[in-house]
Amino acid sequence: MDFVILVGIDFVNGIATLALMSIGLAVVFGMMRIINLAHGEFMVMGSYSAAVATHFHVNIWIAILIVPPITVAIIGLLVERVIMRHLYGRMVETMLATWGLSLFIVGCLTMVFGDHTEGVPAPLPAIKVGDYQASGYGLFVIFMSTVTIAGVYAVLRTTRLGLLARGTMQNAEMAAALGVDTSRIYATTFAFGAGLAGLAGGVLAPISGVFPSIGGSYIGRAFITVIGGGPAPLVGTISASAVFGFVNQLATFVSNPVYGEVALLIGAVILIRLLPNGITGRYFRRAL
Amino acid sequence: MYAFVRSNASLFAVGVIGIALLIGLPLALDLFALLRATLYVIFAILALSLAFIWGYGGILCFGHSAFFGLGGYAYAVGVLNLGDSTIPMAIAMALPALLAATLGYFMFYARISDVYVGVITLTVTLIFYNVVNSTAGPQYRIGDVPLGGFNGIPNVPALNVPFNPDVVLDPEGMFAVCMVVLILVYFALRALLRMRFGRVLVAIRENESRVEFLGYDARLHKLIAFAIGGAIAGLAGGLFTAWANFISPTAFSVVQSAQIIIWLMVGGVGTLVGPVIGAVLIAWLTASLGSQQTIDANVILGTVLLAFVLLVPKGVAPIVTDRLVPWLLSLRRWPIAVTNAPQKDKP
Repeated sequence: MDFVILVGIDFVNGIATLALMSIGLAVVFGMMRIINLAHGEFMVMGSYSAAVATHFHVNIWIAILIVPPITVAIIGLLVERVIMRHLYGRMVETMLATWGLSLFIVGCLTMVFGDHTEGVPAPLPAIKVGDYQASGYGLFVIFMSTVTIAGVYAVLRTTRLGLLARGTMQNAEMAAALGVDTSRIYATTFAFGAGLAGLAGGVLAPISGVFPSIGGSYIGRAFITVIGGGPAPLVGTISASAVFGFVNQLATFVSNPVYGEVALLIGAVILIRLLPNGITGRYFRRAL
Repeated sequence: MYAFVRSNASLFAVGVIGIALLIGLPLALDLFALLRATLYVIFAILALSLAFIWGYGGILCFGHSAFFGLGGYAYAVGVLNLGDSTIPMAIAMALPALLAATLGYFMFYARISDVYVGVITLTVTLIFYNVVNSTAGPQYRIGDVPLGGFNGIPNVPALNVPFNPDVVLDPEGMFAVCMVVLILVYFALRALLRMRFGRVLVAIRENESRVEFLGYDARLHKLIAFAIGGAIAGLAGGLFTAWANFISPTAFSVVQSAQIIIWLMVGGVGTLVGPVIGAVLIAWLTASLGSQQTIDANVILGTVLLAFVLLVPKGVAPIVTDRLVPWLLSLRRWPIAVTNAPQKDKP
């Protein structure tokens, strides 16, 4: 029984991690039709800001939960003003530009921090489940993922900013005609997505380790989760994370983590073949 | 005759320059520089394959290194098992072509948009990278060859004279082979683009549904073009392994894919000569930067890609052909400029 609980926690943890990784990308893609290939590097910058903050003896919770999203949101705002705003509506160009940005960031991080792994200590001890031990921090990741998704839902659904953002994304010209500063809405939305990426990087830093090129291992998974999820950012992310996270954990459980990731990627290719517009392109169409 | 030469001037120019380089470079360069030049030529072949499928087929392939790496591994495994390099080189082309055809079936017959094609190809590259990286143990072997995981496969024999493993090519011979392959691939693609197939392909790039209304099967055309591109990339991969005597999973890496994209962006998408120039320029730039320690090569590559997307989205080649050449011609006040003029009246 304890073993079943433990495996269950593992599965939920896999799904929650995937959702946390993808939500920032999903918001930017779902709202703005931008595929941000530098998303993984945004996460890594979040991880590094957490690492630097702990290095200066900032409280670990502040270092993980407060510093990364703010840092990366500011960087995201800068990126939007300098690069992205010239490329709206040109999807291929945005992909190319953000790919260039991702290489640029990896290079900068390597120059500043060096090509070795920084550590961020996990602030929670292990928890006993019967005769086994479960990672307390793993449970915290599940909690954070849930809170983040609920938070994004609340922002988009209940705040004035969320309303303006959704309106702008549906019909930018109409929103502008009604007096909305659409350029500012775009900038805010992009920075919001970047902040979510930073938060994910901060939360995942103690688990995955921090080094410049780790963004590459995030981006593949985040990317296909978002594409597999389809146009609705929240429901899409949750449903695609559930499917892919389950496949990933199942294959990991049967063989090893490498084949877990391979199964995830192959599953994604097949899913896109079956549902070219993603899960929410076919089901839950009116969802957020 | 004169009209024929005039209308094919660019082809003649490329042919002449190609043959001049083929003969001239081994005379002009020392051995080390010639080895480097061979690498640039191999990269140029790789650039041509993406130039064909992206620039003319409109297929946005973000994971082109999958075909390159697969060709490289196919050559390494084949030549180490067989001892002779002729058949492995054929396998190095066939296997990536097969992969491209399979992928193409998944993508084009599902009619997914080009952005999603980019995502799937990138994903496939990640799969290869992860799988090959994890094959470190001695149990992962094909024939007599252990795959070696992240260490790659060392001591891969160079090219030999077909079906005669005892006569291995020297660096000059290798350069000549690569250069001839580059020229052949260039002219083969040019010929292909002039044929009915190539014209339909370009038409699909411009407007897929219109071409389908005219009764052509766009999916099949894209699939064949993708397979051809895969085969050429695999050929480049095989040549690369034969050149380096070594192949490792970095051939599959996302940075490798990004490099090919950068070559095209710099040279100009939609041309064949541009990407060749872009490949040589960027490869030379990264090689020169590799020797210094202050600036990371990724910073330069990223900046170049960003700058070209934002400032020179059409690449260098159109600037030369559309601006520089007419400007030079107008300087000389030759009648050529006048005879070209009526073409501008076309709608």
